[in-house]
Amino acid sequence: MTTLTDPPKESFRLSMLIYDTRYRSMTIQVIAMIGFLVLFGWLISNTAQNLQALGKEPSFRFLSEPAGYDINQRLIDYNSQATHLRAAFVGILNTLLVAVLGCITATVLGVIIGVLRLSKNWLVSRLMSVYVEMFRNVPVLLWIVLIMAILIETLPAPRAFRGAEPEATMKLFDTVAVTNRGVYVPEPLFSNSLGNISFFGEHSLRFDISLDLLAFLAALILGLFIRSKINARANALQESTGDRPRTWHLNLAAIVVPTGLVLFALGFHLGYPELKGFNFKGGTHMRNSLIALWLALSLYTAAFIAEIVRAGILAISKGQTEAASALGLRPNRTMSLVILPQALRVIIPPLISNYLNLTKNSSLAIAVGYMDLTGTLMGVTMNQTGRELETVLTGMAIYLAISLLISMAMNWYNNSVKLVER
Amino acid sequence: MSDVSFVRTEMLPQQSPPASSVGFVGWMRENLFSGVANSILTVVSGVFIIYTLWFIIGWAWSPTWNAQSLNECRAILHDLGREGHWAGACWGVINDRWEQLLFGFYPNGTEAGVADMRWRPILAFVLLGFALAPVLYAEKVPAKMIYLTMAYPFIMPWLLWGGSIWGPIMVAAGFVIGYIGYRVLSQLAGSLIALILSVVLAVAWWLFAAGGIAGMLADLTPALGLEPVESRKFGGFMLSITIGVVAIGLSLPIGIVLALGRQSDLLIVKSLCVGFIEFIRGVPLITLLFVASTLLNIFMPPGTDFDIIMRVFIMVTLFASAYMAEVIRGGLAALPKGQYEGADSLGLNYWQAQRLIIMPQALKISIPGIVSTFIGVFKDTTLVSVIGLFDPLNLTNAIRADSDWNGIVWELYGFIALLFFVFCYGMSRYSMYLERKLRTDHH
Amino acid sequence: MSDLAVDRSIDRSKMTVSDEVAIEISNMNKWYGAFHVLRDINLTVNQGERIVIAGPSGSGKSTLIRCINRLEEHQAGRIIVDGTELTSDLKNIDKIRSEVGMCFQHFNLFPHLTILENCTLAPIWVRKTPRKEAIETAMHFLEKVKIPDQANKYPGQLSGGQQQRVAIARSLCMKPRIMLFDEPTSALDPEMIKEVLDTMIELAEEGMTMLCVTHEMGFARQVANRVIFMDQGQIVEQNEPEEFFNNPKSERTKLFLSQILGH
Repeated sequence: MTTLTDPPKESFRLSMLIYDTRYRSMTIQVIAMIGFLVLFGWLISNTAQNLQALGKEPSFRFLSEPAGYDINQRLIDYNSQATHLRAAFVGILNTLLVAVLGCITATVLGVIIGVLRLSKNWLVSRLMSVYVEMFRNVPVLLWIVLIMAILIETLPAPRAFRGAEPEATMKLFDTVAVTNRGVYVPEPLFSNSLGNISFFGEHSLRFDISLDLLAFLAALILGLFIRSKINARANALQESTGDRPRTWHLNLAAIVVPTGLVLFALGFHLGYPELKGFNFKGGTHMRNSLIALWLALSLYTAAFIAEIVRAGILAISKGQTEAASALGLRPNRTMSLVILPQALRVIIPPLISNYLNLTKNSSLAIAVGYMDLTGTLMGVTMNQTGRELETVLTGMAIYLAISLLISMAMNWYNNSVKLVER
Repeated sequence: MSDVSFVRTEMLPQQSPPASSVGFVGWMRENLFSGVANSILTVVSGVFIIYTLWFIIGWAWSPTWNAQSLNECRAILHDLGREGHWAGACWGVINDRWEQLLFGFYPNGTEAGVADMRWRPILAFVLLGFALAPVLYAEKVPAKMIYLTMAYPFIMPWLLWGGSIWGPIMVAAGFVIGYIGYRVLSQLAGSLIALILSVVLAVAWWLFAAGGIAGMLADLTPALGLEPVESRKFGGFMLSITIGVVAIGLSLPIGIVLALGRQSDLLIVKSLCVGFIEFIRGVPLITLLFVASTLLNIFMPPGTDFDIIMRVFIMVTLFASAYMAEVIRGGLAALPKGQYEGADSLGLNYWQAQRLIIMPQALKISIPGIVSTFIGVFKDTTLVSVIGLFDPLNLTNAIRADSDWNGIVWELYGFIALLFFVFCYGMSRYSMYLERKLRTDHH
Repeated sequence: MSDLAVDRSIDRSKMTVSDEVAIEISNMNKWYGAFHVLRDINLTVNQGERIVIAGPSGSGKSTLIRCINRLEEHQAGRIIVDGTELTSDLKNIDKIRSEVGMCFQHFNLFPHLTILENCTLAPIWVRKTPRKEAIETAMHFLEKVKIPDQANKYPGQLSGGQQQRVAIARSLCMKPRIMLFDEPTSALDPEMIKEVLDTMIELAEEGMTMLCVTHEMGFARQVANRVIFMDQGQIVEQNEPEEFFNNPKSERTKLFLSQILGH
């Protein structure tokens, strides 16, 4: 190859900063950076001056002071003597609790409604459209507040369960009590309990995990593992002989047997709520605020998920179904081998972003007094300590971290299922 | 008999299909009773629908429109022999409070010495329709109407908040000055320098000259003004619509800039835009509203104290901008690369290409996304009730706390939900119609 | 591939090559990442030349002509167009782009503008021509490509061949000294290729300097004064059309011609 010749080097002129493509981008970026730094610096200096005038040096010492308020719905030990940090931690766990519960219910509901909306039955598909439009076009906050008001105004008080001929009775064979103070459901108890395992010792962030739960999960994972082995064998058999053995009963046993054995060994039984005096005792108490939030978020998000599911299935062209039928695949195999694998690619990314929305919407808990992160750290703690800057920014950072984790999961999924295309 | 030849001597006339496959019966067979499972579904959902409708109509059919309190409602229903929780709706509360739910505490003439000013928000929203027309139906309205669109951002705040007309005019003058400055300067220097200098010029005008001149002119011509209305009088649906319109209107230009920044090759610009967009989209709106209610005044120079509605406008606008940026980015990404190359090959520079070729197309593609962002923001305006503004939801708390209406649930929330539904459903239908129209339009 | 694209005699009276250099490319190299797409390109084009660039796909021929108006950036060597060196200086880039017209495989008309607006856009905004004059020019060139009656339609309402002719008219409205064609007929249905080629021939007859990347060998034979064959990012062979087609020198050229012409 001949030597490369370059255009004659020009000496640098000031105008090249703007007219030369090599320097122009640098110039614009430097200006943008300076503009950003000036704005940022201006905000910081304003904040510093204002805080100084108010006599509030930024500090996070308040986090280790006693909170002094109660949180009635919680997953971990907490009392009013605990620190603000612990209160915030209770809040985060409550946020995650309602988010996880909501995502599960919303998905189940959403998938059912989305599929029913595609039903050939005119009446059913119309009914589902009404559901979707009704929930999508009314603010979620209104649903939350409305459901809360309904729970309080229309459900019987615990005292209505009293007496020889009570006005209200417990539901589901006397196991669930639905009252205007919340819902009491049976709680799982273990007579041979393994106890708890503690993390973080005596620290504010200390939390316990039930070993019984871990044992149950371990059994479940073992079951899933056995199930995958069974299916692998079935696949191998299908590949060598062409016949696929029936495996559903083995699959079911693989899940049920190990978990059942563990539950039996731990002495699993349910603790039922009972009316003692003017209130219910025993069982797990789910407060109205949690129920209202959970229900409203699930119903609202389900409407969006239904649309996603419907669009996902519709996105798979009719040609795919026809091709599969023409090859002689039965409808259920068409669904599981051709439609679903393609539809999931379309469905899952917006589904995850709806989970993200649900998690963010869970911050509306404050409207019904459910003590999530917004209610504790950015609510009572902020009002009691007057540390607006620290609490709000920390709260935002935590929400941001949760969102980024969910987005990372989504990106990971998107990359792993990207269609190979030319 | 191997003769295969055949000649038809008589043509068959067209016959009608079997009666069971056409008309109402055929439709029913196909859509409602095409199998056992389907028939069961039909019956179950039919029963459900009839029961629900029966229940709702029975409840809603309630002659309580003129009642003055919940007890009066109960008395009316009691006289009709209807008892119990679901005896009937108490519509008196809507009759009593609908004006408040629509306009909040905007002067309605009941206060002594203050005129009924509700025509102002109504006029503002009607004008909004006219201002939007050139954007949505470019072909069908006179081209001159675009001037109304350009003036609208200054007319609307004047109508809503009142005050001297010179304030908005001086603000608008800043834009004119910036534009003229750009035209003049771009003859003398490069477009980038001209852009920066004209922005500086406009900002200087707003900071140092606009206020003084407006004040002076207002003193000279006191007649050219409307009675001022304080922000805290805003409430009800008027507040929701105002926040929604302001946020979307302002977020559109900001969103365009952010989307272009996110698409650009300039690393620092790109990271700043991505950082902003992802930050705003990663936190709940309510935390941003907390920033508005508690922190925004701390971020501003000592002594500034602008009212809570302004602060909410700022934060909701930033919130909407991030979502708008993502919508427009989608529109940009949908444009074929050839459009950029076509513009380049003709010698258009970056901003000309964006303004003349890229943006008109990208925005058109994004209209459905923009509408659904607007619906989202409009629904989210209910969140301002959490920081104490009197949007419809917060007004219900006040109404339900009133001893006359203590215990009302369905009527109030139902009324508000219905209004939101009409707005949002109407808009989403409209955007679907636009989407269809765009798909079949010239392309 | 049709060997004879044009069935009329060509008026060669104005097809003269002057001594004036239009484009000078010397030792030009370009990489996509580590991939060396253009290797040591040397090419001088005189005013009035009609050059056809041929070669298998992926040989870098499109990239070469896209470098001439800086749709792609070359990393080494020099490109001088009409006396202006193509450097990173924006003023030079803008000047060259307004002197050099280009037609694309997929036309790249602006779908939101009418045909007339497509044609007047660049004259108005880049050349700062008064609108009335720009419209007159546009109508003149639209008549020339024989679609003045479509001026107020949108590109989507036209056939592919019509769209490509509009694209040619759009470029001509800038009164370019040089025209680049990047596979202008590859995306067209066979019956529309001819109308585009006719337009291109008329352009050549008026003495336009043209660089065409195309597979239309009939066009190359009749109109070009030089055919360049590229492969693997290099100029493998260039010659007058008669010699090039009847007596190719390089093995690669022979192979290519046998694939493209032999049926």
